[in-house]
Order: sequence, then structure tokens, then C-alpha cells
Amino acid sequence: MAATPWESDLARELKERFGAQIGETSTYLGQNFIVAQPEAAVPILEYLKLEADFDYLVDITAVDWPKRPERFDLVYIIYSFPRNERVRIKTYISDGYQPPTAVGVHLTANWLEREVFDMFGIEFAGHPDLRRILMPEDWQGYPLRKDYSIIQQDQRWVQENLGIESGQ
Amino acid sequence: MKAASDANMPDATFLDSTELVLNMGPQHPSTHGVLRVILKLDGEKILGTDCVIGYLHRGVEKIAENRTWAQFNPYVDRMDYVASVSNGLGYCLAVEKLLNVEAPPRAQAVRVILTELNRIASHLVWLGTHALDIGAITPVFYCFREREEALNIFEKYCGARLTTHAFRIGGLQYETYDTFEQDVKAFCDMFPPKVDEYEELLTGNRIWKGRLTNVGVLTADECKEYGVTGPLLRAAGVKWDLRKAQPYSGYEKYDFEIPIRQNGDTFDRYIVRMQEMRQAVRIIRQAVESIPEGPIMAKVPKVIKPPVGEAYVSIEAPKGELGYYVVSDGTTQPYRVRVRPPSFVNLQALDRMVRGGLVADIVAVIGTLDIVLGEVDR
Repeated sequence: MAATPWESDLARELKERFGAQIGETSTYLGQNFIVAQPEAAVPILEYLKLEADFDYLVDITAVDWPKRPERFDLVYIIYSFPRNERVRIKTYISDGYQPPTAVGVHLTANWLEREVFDMFGIEFAGHPDLRRILMPEDWQGYPLRKDYSIIQQDQRWVQENLGIESGQ
Repeated sequence: MKAASDANMPDATFLDSTELVLNMGPQHPSTHGVLRVILKLDGEKILGTDCVIGYLHRGVEKIAENRTWAQFNPYVDRMDYVASVSNGLGYCLAVEKLLNVEAPPRAQAVRVILTELNRIASHLVWLGTHALDIGAITPVFYCFREREEALNIFEKYCGARLTTHAFRIGGLQYETYDTFEQDVKAFCDMFPPKVDEYEELLTGNRIWKGRLTNVGVLTADECKEYGVTGPLLRAAGVKWDLRKAQPYSGYEKYDFEIPIRQNGDTFDRYIVRMQEMRQAVRIIRQAVESIPEGPIMAKVPKVIKPPVGEAYVSIEAPKGELGYYVVSDGTTQPYRVRVRPPSFVNLQALDRMVRGGLVADIVAVIGTLDIVLGEVDR
């Protein structure tokens, strides 16, 4: 089953408003998603929040595709309480690109973006407090990248802080 | 009147200085695990907080990418370990969505019964520890006494009490045991009077009310802004529950209400959770009286290989919206499993809830957030 086009007033409205910045509006398994240019993600979030009642940012996450030139999927999941509707906004970004932060639109984004930074090394431009959140602050490496092996660790950190040769 | 001795005092003493940074945790009985909160205080007043988390980080999402779809199933139980059945349900539903299959009706009914029993067990852990933090010792013994009954049902059903791994992708592995329905019905008869008992101890208690009323207020708009869901959102007056908004696993068949309150303070959240336990009993009773006959497993291949694609599925866990964003590249292993943990997102609102309050209130607020650090850190 492949994704089919998402036909709705909202999808048409978005395409009219954002034009070429929106690449695709589709439905897969009954779930609607938008593929947008990276710089358009936050304006779309803001537009949907103010004009279409998408008032709840559920999650921000990323997926690593190391073989692709735009290495990461950056995914925003939003929900509207009045419409009872959920939409995903997907952008494709390359390693080193700094997507603008969404904290100005949804306060939830603060910790969610910190976690994406912690796990994938995606730096959000303009984030008020971009520190690691789950890993130790001076840890080297980004664990959820595909080139980070499951048994890999920051040897230096482990030796200095835990006083053991290796965590394995 | 200025005492003569004042002249000899230095300009600023330790007691004189207005700001004090205090470290709470990570080893502190009322943080419910290894949570460290850095408090900035002016006397007893909280000027700001900073949460340091990650002490329990095990890289669950990384582990997922190195296991098969079915192998990862038991791992999700270790996130919110007091509500492991809910975790398992969310994961199974997400993978079933990718496979485009649905569990058979009998499996769905059993899933609802076990999930709601687990909601009660989770709320009982919350109530007992919350009351203990506030200074009421008795409820924790009562709560764990009744929780035991729920855990016994899990144990008889699948052999495990805490990290149950009760469900499989596509349905259930085990048929219910012989006296399952009797046991569940007996629990439903036994439990509501016990809730009355807890309420008798706490609801009208002046100390309890004094410690909770107008403490840690979070309004509906603030909840939405911070992505806070679950009982916290409902206590702020938003009638929203995923079991009603986007029903899954046959919840649309059962008649129940979403308890709400208006003030969004700690006392209202207490009332909402107490009501939720009663509603859970109501759901269990309806479900157990109408468990359909039939298979317990959908047609799922032995080797699970979902087609290339992605899906986001979320359920109403005891703590709020628990979501799974799963990505398949068509192989036997998940390409990515992202867990949207309610505890992690709700904890972010801690600063807003305690800022300007008293240092003693932070214990009440951490209790009312009902966080499980295993889920915050994953």
C-alpha cells in the first residue's frame, strides 16, 4: 500500500498559502502528512496553530538515513483538539543544517528539540537552551545516528567518570 | 529599632543573601526515582527550577533498531514499569497499524480488561506514594493491598506481575485461564468500596486539602502549550481522552465517562484520578461480561516484516498520551521506533507549576505529575 494524495480543504489551503514550499500532502494508512521545505516547517506550524486550531505539538523526532544527501527526516507531529485531527510535518535536512527552532510557537518544543539534538546532533537555530538532555553533557557522539553502533560508547567519558575500563 | 549589635554584622551574611541554589535529588525519596531538580530559592519561595534527567537512560530506541519487531516487545514494558501493559498495547497497536492488521474481537476485549486493570494499578501506585510524600502514611498500605489483587490477575494470566509482556503483535499469545472472568468480576466487586475508603481518608481531610488546593496550578491553555496530557489536562477542564477522541482496541463499545475538573490544581488532579479508577472498573465490568468467543490471534506472519512506511499510533496511558512513531524499511528489524512518553513531556511543565510557590510544594507537584523516571529517561 503506497501513500495516496491527501484531498481536503486544509491540504488545499496549505498548498495555496505556502506554494512550492510544500512538496507533498499525502495519506498513508489513514494518517495525513505534509512534506515541506526545512525553512517552512516553523511557519507552517505557526499557521496551523493560529488559523486551523492545531494547538498541541505532540512530538518532534528525527530519522537518520545516512545514504541520502538530505540525511535526516525531521518530523513534527501536531494535533488539533477542536478538529480531533492529527497531522505530521516532515522535512528532509542534511547533516549540519540548522533548522529553526519551534519554541516560539509551541513551548513543548524546548525539551523535544533538546532530545533530538542529544540523539542526532541536529542543532536548532535560535533554541534558548540547547544542551544535552538524556546523555551526560560532555558525552561525545550522537547515539541514534545509524553509524553509531549499539555497543559504542564514549570510552574517555566512561573511564574518567565511572572509573572503569569500559562499560561493556 | 536597630540593635546596636547590627553595626558589627558584615553587609551580606549567608542568611542575608536573597538567593540560594538548592540541589534536590537525584537520590531523594520524593522524586520517585533518580530525578535531580536544581532549585533557585529566595527563602522558602521558588524562583526557578532546572530538571536534570537521564540517569536511567538505557537507549531503548537504539535497542529497538537492533532487535526484530517481536523481540523489542518486552523492552517497552521497562519504560513505564508501573503501567507496562499500556506500553505493550501501544507498541502492538503501532506495529499492527504498519502491518495493516487488527487484533480479533476476543483479543481486543482481553486487552481492554488488562489495560484498565493496569490503569488502576498505576493510579494506586500514584495515590499511595503521593499521599506518602504529603505525609499521610496509611493510604500507601491500602493502595498496595488492592494493587496486589490486580497484579495477581496478571500473574495468573501471563506469569509476570510487573513487566508483563502480556500482548503480542496481532493479538494475544495466551488464552485466558479458567477462572479469569470470575477473578476479574471479583476484583470489580471488591474495588469500588476500597476507593470509597481512600476517599474517606483523604478527600475531606483538612490537611490534605490544605496541602493540595491551589498548589501547582496549570491552566488548560498552559497544558496545551506544554503538550501536557492525561489527568493533568482533564483536571484543567479539557474533556479529552484518546479512548473517546480516537478509540482503539474497541473502546468505542464501552460506556464510560471522562471525569474532568476546572481548577487545574493538585487537588483537582487527585479527584480526576480517583474518578478514573471508578470509570476503569466500569469499563472492565462491561468488557468482562461480553468477551466474545473466537480466535485470539490475527493472521500475522511468523516473521514480521512490515511494508516500507511509517505510522504514529498513540493511546491513553495512565499518565497521558503515549505514542509510538514506527518506521519500517521492509526488513525484520524496526528502522526507527520513537516513543512519545507522557512523563517526559509532562515533566517539562514542572517549572511553570512550582515557580513562585513554596519549596514544600515541589514534593506535592512532583507527586501529582505522576512521573515514572524509567519512561522519562527511556
